[in-house]
Amino acid sequence: MTPSREAREAREAILARIRQALGDGPTAVAIPRDYERTLPAGTAIAALFVERVSDYRATVHRTTSADLPTSIAAVLAERGARRLATPAGVPDEWLAHSQVERVGDDPPLSFGELDRLDGVITGCAVAIAETGTIILDGGADQGRRALSLLPDLHVCVVMASQVVGSVPEALVRLEPTRPQTWISGPSATSDIELQRVEGVHGPRRLDVVFVEG
Amino acid sequence: MTDTADSPPTPRRADRPEPTFAGTPPFPEAARAALANEQLRANLGRATATIRTKRAAVVAERTDWEALRVAGAAIKDEVLRDLPALLEQLEGAVTAAGGTVHWARDAAEANAVVAEIVRANGASEVVKVKSMATQEIELNEALRQDGIDVWETDLAEMIVQLGHDLPSHILVPAIHRNRTEIRDIFIDEMGRVGRPAPAGLTDEPSELAEAARLHLREKFLRARVAVSGANFAVAETGTVVVLESEGNGRMCLTLPEVLITVMGIEKLVPTWRDLEVFLQLLPRSSTAERMNPYTSIWTGVTPGDGPGAFHLILLDNGRTDVLSDSVGRQALRCIRCSACLNVCPVYERTGGQAYGSVYPGPIGAILTPQLRGIAKHPVDKQTASLPFASSLCGACFDVCPVRIDIPEVLVHLRGQVVRGSEATHRVPGPEAIGMRAAAWTLRTPRRLGLAERAAGLGGRMFARRGMLRRIPGPGPVGAWFRARDLKAPARESFRAWWRRTHGGRDE
Repeated sequence: MTPSREAREAREAILARIRQALGDGPTAVAIPRDYERTLPAGTAIAALFVERVSDYRATVHRTTSADLPTSIAAVLAERGARRLATPAGVPDEWLAHSQVERVGDDPPLSFGELDRLDGVITGCAVAIAETGTIILDGGADQGRRALSLLPDLHVCVVMASQVVGSVPEALVRLEPTRPQTWISGPSATSDIELQRVEGVHGPRRLDVVFVEG
Repeated sequence: MTDTADSPPTPRRADRPEPTFAGTPPFPEAARAALANEQLRANLGRATATIRTKRAAVVAERTDWEALRVAGAAIKDEVLRDLPALLEQLEGAVTAAGGTVHWARDAAEANAVVAEIVRANGASEVVKVKSMATQEIELNEALRQDGIDVWETDLAEMIVQLGHDLPSHILVPAIHRNRTEIRDIFIDEMGRVGRPAPAGLTDEPSELAEAARLHLREKFLRARVAVSGANFAVAETGTVVVLESEGNGRMCLTLPEVLITVMGIEKLVPTWRDLEVFLQLLPRSSTAERMNPYTSIWTGVTPGDGPGAFHLILLDNGRTDVLSDSVGRQALRCIRCSACLNVCPVYERTGGQAYGSVYPGPIGAILTPQLRGIAKHPVDKQTASLPFASSLCGACFDVCPVRIDIPEVLVHLRGQVVRGSEATHRVPGPEAIGMRAAAWTLRTPRRLGLAERAAGLGGRMFARRGMLRRIPGPGPVGAWFRARDLKAPARESFRAWWRRTHGGRDE
């Protein structure tokens, strides 16, 4: 779409108005960044992550890499999930013990098909302990954004090495131009009398399988 | 599992105008009506008390909160100072990432661009993520007049839209409604515009949220065009950020083929790193959470993931007027968290609709008059009343995550209102006369001494047990005393006493 003449006019007019409005030449000041960039030394990051994710009513399952397939199988059985969206990069090993139908996204599933699945399993790019946040960035074990949105159950595998303490540490690890979804607990609303209700449009259940060691 | 197959065809709603704030009376009058509504006061009192307590707790967790505020304010000031260069940088980055950037001088231009994109894509409806900018430009009504249906998808916005109502809070637009009112609106209205409310719906919030999920899902799955606002846009990378809770934002930002984002020109941050400040300040200040449930971050278009076309509309609509005022421009730092509403003793009692603007509360009292051009020309009575809708207690400044000195701007704007009214009225108002009299009196010590003597004498005439309770008569003096008592002036002023007793030595 090439901008029309009016559009170019609007652009020039707004930029001119801004320059005129700043005619008094407000002075530049250095930005003081005296806030903390990391959590206090000695903070038990893994324990904090588990506590904070649970705080927002997601369920955390702690496991080890050896027990990961068993833990995932237990979660899926408990939730009664049979048909599971599975991004191409999810290792076969993760679902080795699970009795589920793996539904791939190549060719892409329609939104109707996604909506009818029981759940989705993904990895993540980074996680933040302080805020209990999981960040997806469309990596191979996460897939496109719709995959973790339409099914009602999201099982997310988080490795201990992916967890950082603070928001500033997470931003450093991320590539800005990749599409990202930051997830802190399941979908929620406080729009009715400011009372928190879990489960509106996103997955109503978030199970985090946390792999330590 | 959701089953939308047997939902009835969606009837059109485009035959009914969207309500607007036009015609709201000046604040004192609107406030009086709001104060008489006991249900409203009860709903608001409960809701604001809840959120205040929660906010205080999550803010107290951060021992460096003040340092974050200082950084947030400084970054936003830098944005305003470098705005032309940063906007051009953003435009370049968004375009390079496959997006299209549009510029809109005012509401009409922005609405026309949106309508044009919707039509060009052959769509007759849009799904919408909660956005203050699109409310400000009254996009829904403009699209309706073009025959395009608009579906608000944020739960509170949907309650307002279904109830043919106006928003009353920046973050929780239906804060004035309680659960029973919401259930009644769902039962009466959902069926008119799509999937009806489930049979036997109670007023339990979880059931109401489930009803909203079912009602909106069919709209999400079929929508081809979505409209959103933006919380932040990163100039260096062209990255846009939207924070939300319910997942309706993710639905709108991810599923449709075309995404249109309307963003005020001040919503920028210079660098990716700057988000580390705002992604900490905003959730704690607005929903009182360490982090909101969902944040969507995207840059232009990503093949195979999300909309294939992205349009970013950069909106002025009065912002450059605000920018031209060296005191008032700090209002453009605002990140729309609404913490100032929740602590304001005036807002808590009157609610948001009394402010006659999509921006209510303390921030609205300074932003609305400036966006409507108070610095440039005299404004209508309703707008002129807004800077006075405050007791100047300062609670808003204390909680503002970007340190907007709202009381300072309120006082500054009150001056503009008085000077604007002097410029247009040949006969000065009582306040102007009083101020001029005070200025004349205070100019020399002798005049002040005479005035003090006169006040001592006058006070004795009207005082009862040392207090002035009612000064008889009509007009502003009588009106002022109807709600206030004043200690009677001393019989002798300090200066007269000092002279008579030689500085207290002869007493």
